[in-house]
Parts: sequence; C-alpha cells; structure tokens
Amino acid sequence: MAQTEFRVLSPTAILGYGFPRESFERGMEKRPDLIGVDAGSTDPGPYYLGAGKSFTSRSAVKRDLEFILAAAVERSVPCIIGTAGGCGAREHVEWTESIIREIAGQKGYTFPMAVIHADVSKETVLEAMERQRVRPLPPAPEITVEDVRHCVRIVAQMGAEPVLRALDTDCRVILCGRCYDPIPFAAPAVRAGFDPGLAVHMGKVLECAAIAATPGSGCDCVMGTLYRDGFELESLNPQRRFTRVSTAAHTLYEKSDPYHLPGPGGTLDLEATRFEALDGGRVRVSGTRFVPADPYTVKLEGVKRTGYRSICIAGIRDPILVGRIDTVLEAVKEEVRKDLDFTGPLLFHQYGKNGVMGAMEPEKDRGSHELGLVMEVIAPDQEQANAVCSYLRSTLLHFGYPGRISTAGNLALLYSPSDIACGEVYEFSLYHLMEVDDPESLFPICVREVKP
Amino acid sequence: MKTVPLTELAAVIRSKNAGPYELTIDILFKNARHYRYLKEIHFFTEELFARLYGVGVEQVLNLVYFDPASAVKCTLVRPMVSGTPGDADVYGAQQHAPVLGLRVPLEEWP
Repeated sequence: MAQTEFRVLSPTAILGYGFPRESFERGMEKRPDLIGVDAGSTDPGPYYLGAGKSFTSRSAVKRDLEFILAAAVERSVPCIIGTAGGCGAREHVEWTESIIREIAGQKGYTFPMAVIHADVSKETVLEAMERQRVRPLPPAPEITVEDVRHCVRIVAQMGAEPVLRALDTDCRVILCGRCYDPIPFAAPAVRAGFDPGLAVHMGKVLECAAIAATPGSGCDCVMGTLYRDGFELESLNPQRRFTRVSTAAHTLYEKSDPYHLPGPGGTLDLEATRFEALDGGRVRVSGTRFVPADPYTVKLEGVKRTGYRSICIAGIRDPILVGRIDTVLEAVKEEVRKDLDFTGPLLFHQYGKNGVMGAMEPEKDRGSHELGLVMEVIAPDQEQANAVCSYLRSTLLHFGYPGRISTAGNLALLYSPSDIACGEVYEFSLYHLMEVDDPESLFPICVREVKP
Repeated sequence: MKTVPLTELAAVIRSKNAGPYELTIDILFKNARHYRYLKEIHFFTEELFARLYGVGVEQVLNLVYFDPASAVKCTLVRPMVSGTPGDADVYGAQQHAPVLGLRVPLEEWP
C-alpha cells in the first residue's frame, strides 16, 4: 500500500543557528521519515561565495550536526543537508564534510554518504551563452563573456532530480552543494509519490523552520506532515504555534510575488492555496500546484573579486564640522585622490545622516548633533587599501576647513589601532537562469563511506 | 476624511532582500476587514511606494495584495546590488521606515 503520510523534521532555519535539545527530542518521538536542514542563503552577501567560507561558525555547525547525525546513524532517520557551508560551492561542501567526518571519528559512526556538488565551470556557462541559453533574472543586467571570465566561483541551484538519484543509493546522509532551499525537505516525499506542489510548498516553509511560527525563531524545530491532499505544520516547542496568518505570511518572506514562486524546473502556484487553522497550534495547507517549466532552467550564482577593503570608524561631535560635513568630506576626498593618484572607491558612510537609506531616505534634512563616520577604501591589494585608508584618516583628522575653531583634531577615533583591514571584497556578478537539457548532469554525485 | 497611523492597523511592517537585486516591503494587517477596505479603495499603489522612496515608478517591480495573509507587498529595484561597495544594508532589513509614517483613511470603520 502506498504511504499515506510523510513526516519531516526541520531542526533549524540554518544549519549552525542551533535549536533546543527538547524540541529536537519531541520531533524524534514523532518518528520522522526524514530530517531536512537548509544551510544556505544569499542574504549575507557576496563575500562568502567568493571567499569559499561559511557565514556560520564551525563549532555551531558541529553542535547541530552532532544531534542530526546521532538521529541518522543511531536511530536510522535519513538526513539531507542543502546548500552546505552557506553557499554550496566545493569549498563549502568540503568544510561541512570535514565536520561530519570529525563527528564520525569521535562517535565511532560508520555510514554511507552521498555528496552532490553544484559547481559550474566557466566553460559550461560560456557555452550556454553562445547558444543563447543564459538570461538574466531581472533586474540583474545581461552578462558578458568578460563577466563570466571574472567570476571567482559559480554555483547552480539544483532541483529535486539530483537528490532523487542520490536517494537511489540508499545513503543515510545526503550532503548537497547549492540547492533550491525546499528540496532537501521535498525530494524524498516526491520519490514516495506525493504531490510535488504540496511537497515543495511544505519544504518552502520547513526550510525556515520556526521562522514561520509565532512567536517566530530562527533556532527552533518544527515538523511538517505531508498527506496526499495537503500538509500540516506543527511547532515542536509548546511555546510556539503555527497560525493561518503566520503560515500565509511566510510565503511573502524574501519573495517578490507570493502567488508564483519560481524554482528549478518549474513554479509553485499558490493561486488556489488554502490555509486552515487546526487545533493544537497546527495549520493545514492545501491547493498549491507545481507547474513544470519548459525548458528546464537552473539559477546560477557567481561573484567577482572587486579588491581589498580597509575601514576606519570615528565619531564627529563638533557642531561646526557636523554642519558642513558634506563639503569637508568632498574636499578631503579630492585631496587624497590628488595626493595619492588613487582612483578606486573612497566612501564615507555617515551614520546619523542618511547612513542607512542613502538616496532613498525621505528625511534627508533632519540633522543629528553627532555623526558616526565609517571611512572605506577599496584598492587592488590590501597594502594599498591600508595605505590609502591611513592617509584618508590623517588628512580628515587634521583638515583645516573654513570656520574651524577646534584645531586639535576633527575625529573621535573609536579604536587604537584606528584602521581595520577587512580583506577581500566581492560583488555578485552572475544571477542568471541557464537552460539545461538534463537537470541531473550539472550535479555529479559521489558516494563515500564515512567511518571513524 | 479621518485617517489613522498605519502602525495602528499593521501587525508587521518590514523590508528584506528578495535576492541580491530586489528589495521587498511587506505590510501585514491585524484585521482582515481593514486590509480588505484598503484593497478596495486601492490605497497602496506603485505610485505611492515610488513617492515614499523617492524613486521613479519604473523602479517599482511589483505590488501585490495577498489575501491569505491580509498583506500588501511591494518590490523595488535595489538602488545598489546587495554587498556592492556603497551599499549600506546587505540584508535590506532596515529600509521599511518610510512606510511607518503613512496614515490611512478610516472612513468606513466604526
């Protein structure tokens, strides 16, 4: 007889954000068919994909994985991790794999693990461009061959297909590179014959765990139960619950159109979706449809390196200087550019004066009695960035502007040392759709034995 | 016409990235009746958001009324791509303030 329900435990919004042990145990008591966890996001910006680093700490990821691997190995609940290491490139996957191996070594675990990579070579993208198979996701601009050549790292978001193939290997743990967020929660249910629209919509909620509950939290566990005609959500912490509104509102989160949510190979259509409150702080969702796309597209993400950054943070309290800050900063910038023959980015962030919203600030003229100033320099190498930042700081500190009566120094420097070398700077340069004939071929799977 | 501050009727007013190139603003109402009234009179428009943020209306990508959550959502082109030198809000999470100052008509409510 076909399976009538499929239970998925989502321990946390991002692997490494943590969860209470009690919530996780409550979830395990409900005998889940799967533990799914999303580890990624583009929200932290382009740096992490560029540098090949995670935006979560190693110790926090290890702590979460200890619980999840114990469930997978000791209690035989399969586990799928999406977008390993935050961005899902090879370095991120290997970083996560090293943590898994470390835990296995310490606990004496032996299990087979499938690893799915999501890196895309520049050649693959260039070849697809030649065949007019790459298009921007508006408002991203069209890309050029140069843009692709300058990419440091490119990943593609995998859909369900590579994960379905990995499930055939019967591995206890599947570790995915860049992955469409709902997939780790949805793929095994799709394989068991459940409706893909409902499975992916449930995954869409579960990938953020208790963020969709109320009160919301990025670090608590929830359970989704998929049926043939709908799915139900419940909090695994009695202090939270799902409501109709909290669940419906979540479909708005970080999306531009809540009725149509595009992903690899198709779109989730919520035009006919119903959200119903059930007892016990649970919610039932039904009516969501998956509309396959033809041709199949995957989203590419790529970044380029812009340079190296140095910053200096200081306060300004002198009312005369605060009153004419824009002209003074312009004059200082000009002097630094001229003296050092520097043409790269020289930026001033004035907190207390349109520092957060810039040109979009509606209250541009409301003054503050003090300013927080961040001086920022981006140069081709760190040494040059440091040198320009240092010169910028000292020039501004002693700048003799018209009307000045405080002649000892213009800045309340926050720290000693006053300047901070921030390292590499990256920018998003690829955020495009690429048509593929075979949604599996981009994402190679390898099966490895993990042992102590 | 009588008006009330939007903050009295809204449970949530927030902004966030929708991918690195877009900024999306959500307004969730406490009461579906208030939401429905404002939807009926087309209070929230692309022009209103363009004005609030001092951008051209072509920078407003989408305005949606979402009945299941009694919510209005408006998506703008990010003035700078997230994390680009000069961008000061990588997550786009502090761009909602202009909406907080709105007042909305009260006409039909007791």
